[in-house]
Amino acid sequence: MKRALALVERDMRKFRRSPALLFASLVLPLVQLVILGNAFGGNIKNAVLGVVNLDHGPKSVDVMERVRAVSANARTFLPVDYADEGIAVRDLRRGLLSAVLVIPQRYSRDVLEQHQPHLALISDNTDRSVAGAVEGQMTTLVESINAPQVMPRLAQAARLDVVEVYPYINYIKYLLPGSVALAIFVTAMIGGGMLFIDDKSRGLHEGYMVTPITKFELIVGFNVSGVIKAMLSGMTVLVLGAVVAQVPNFFQPVRLVELTLMAVLTSVALIGMMFFIMARISDPLVPRAIFGVLNTLLYFPSGAVYPIAGFPGWLRVMSACDPFTYAVHGFRTLLLKDGGIASVTTDIFALLLTSVVVLSGATLLFRRTL
Amino acid sequence: MSETAIDVKAISKRFGTLLAVDQVTFSVETGEIFGLLGPNGAGKSTLIRMLTTLVPPTAGTASVAGQDIVRHPNEVRLRIGVIPQNMTSDPELTCAENIGIHARLFGITGAERRRRTEELLQAVGLLDRADALASTLSGGMRRRLEIARGMVNDPQILFLDEPTTGLDPASRISVWEMITHLRAKEGRTLFLTTHYMDEADRLCDRVAIVDHGRIAALDTPVALKSSVPGASRIEIQFAPDLPGGAADLEALPAVKSVRSLGSATYRISSDRGPASAQELVEFARDHKLELKSLSVQSTSLDDVFLFYTGHGLAEMEEAGAAPSPAAGGRKGGH
Repeated sequence: MKRALALVERDMRKFRRSPALLFASLVLPLVQLVILGNAFGGNIKNAVLGVVNLDHGPKSVDVMERVRAVSANARTFLPVDYADEGIAVRDLRRGLLSAVLVIPQRYSRDVLEQHQPHLALISDNTDRSVAGAVEGQMTTLVESINAPQVMPRLAQAARLDVVEVYPYINYIKYLLPGSVALAIFVTAMIGGGMLFIDDKSRGLHEGYMVTPITKFELIVGFNVSGVIKAMLSGMTVLVLGAVVAQVPNFFQPVRLVELTLMAVLTSVALIGMMFFIMARISDPLVPRAIFGVLNTLLYFPSGAVYPIAGFPGWLRVMSACDPFTYAVHGFRTLLLKDGGIASVTTDIFALLLTSVVVLSGATLLFRRTL
Repeated sequence: MSETAIDVKAISKRFGTLLAVDQVTFSVETGEIFGLLGPNGAGKSTLIRMLTTLVPPTAGTASVAGQDIVRHPNEVRLRIGVIPQNMTSDPELTCAENIGIHARLFGITGAERRRRTEELLQAVGLLDRADALASTLSGGMRRRLEIARGMVNDPQILFLDEPTTGLDPASRISVWEMITHLRAKEGRTLFLTTHYMDEADRLCDRVAIVDHGRIAALDTPVALKSSVPGASRIEIQFAPDLPGGAADLEALPAVKSVRSLGSATYRISSDRGPASAQELVEFARDHKLELKSLSVQSTSLDDVFLFYTGHGLAEMEEAGAAPSPAAGGRKGGH
């Protein structure tokens, strides 16, 4: 096994001299974490709402006051008055407005007569996030209009009380586990796959094959050095990301040990998978060509950026076969739920199984001769 | 150590439909510098790769340092050093690291590793560049580093695959001196491939001429050259031209064969060297002809190659020759 360690020593020396590799493997996940984490999941603010008041009665004034209250406090939308419904809808279609609220002519009279009063909200549903936020806010506003002026002492309608188990999880925290797995994957791809093929095509492997190093020692050497590099990248993104995303109680020792274990298992599985894919490849262009495809196939179906529950059936099957899924779930459970090692046993088992399968396959495929 | 360092019996290598090495048989004695001479694509590198366990043979057997290359490849690897055709030292590592890591691959560690690294760098004149990255070395220095790395396990047999290809003349001479020194000092067996005639002539005790995957001839350079009829080659130009052309010269006793090259110039093969030149000068004087030019060359390995394969080495190089399974040497032999 001393010979395998020679390969590890070689790779570590090269890794130390290649800050570009470390930089490349850290930059993509960190930039993605910061940009996507802040771009997605925030509350919608200042959506422009066209308000067409055709009534001008006392109840329409009440609606207008409530709209302005939302504008001043939650700031979900910014009301702009329109005299003509047609012009408002035209501006909506031109993208100048996110939605148009129409208060019909007989609204106040219908309210007072209790004769099915209506308000109309015409929304631009090409942007589901903004449309959903405006609709949600308007629904709350209408509920407040309908609420009795004096609340009964004993509520007659059922009410849902929501209790959140964990502190507020913003999107950047939700994205962090995927970013850690992505850092490990990028290092496995660049520092594992690409470097392996580059060295092979430059003839460096030929230099090792004329020494007494065995096939097993070669495989161990290449994989151990790959795992160390992937681990270093993953742990760096994990620590920096946790600080940026302000993950509570991140530096608890037990939790750090659990997260390190998850990083090791993920690194072994992804480096092993890369070695399996590259075992018979000699063309240095191949790993570069499949980098983007693999990234898409592994990262997005894993639930890293969007919940798997929202996927169609075929994508869920893909997700279940994707080792990334278990890495992301494991990191998320340990980071955000602090559930301990017992809560990630399925993830650990899946990553171990992946490692055994891919490393066995790689051992079968790997040839010690040219 | 066995008396026979390398023993090759009817070894062949086929890549798909291409027969790269075709039933080659030869042996190399301990302490010998043995050369394989042939153009690119003749099968030299495939043969050396089989002997160094990098490529398994399709048929035949070979033993290197007394060990079978197929049954005991690791025993072979422990006893050989290899300097491949391509630079296989790591450009992102320093000279010392390249040798040190190679030493670890042979199980040499600790103080012994450090001692050997320093000794080898000293031997190849790179001690002052020990901490320089291999990527910063010149071609000649890089080749010297490769040689040092190949020597790290103190091998019984050193394989050098085209050790001077791509080097400038000064670096070539430096590598030649190093190769001669290695054998002279250590008494080890050296096996090298080359497509340079002068390299084979200067370095090798015995040379095998390889063409299209077969050995066309094998002997010492001197014996190979003397086996070619017409040991001297004379080129002569008259003014005016001979009235009877080449036939006028064929009658001379020193001349074995004549070929007209045009412009009143003739290439003559002779066994009598400079004496034939004297005869030609007298011939010109007797026939009142002016001698425009006259040059005498002794037989080179290029002539040997031409004689045994039917084509010149240079023309094979220019044609980018690839081995053709169907073709064979004019006078095959092992």
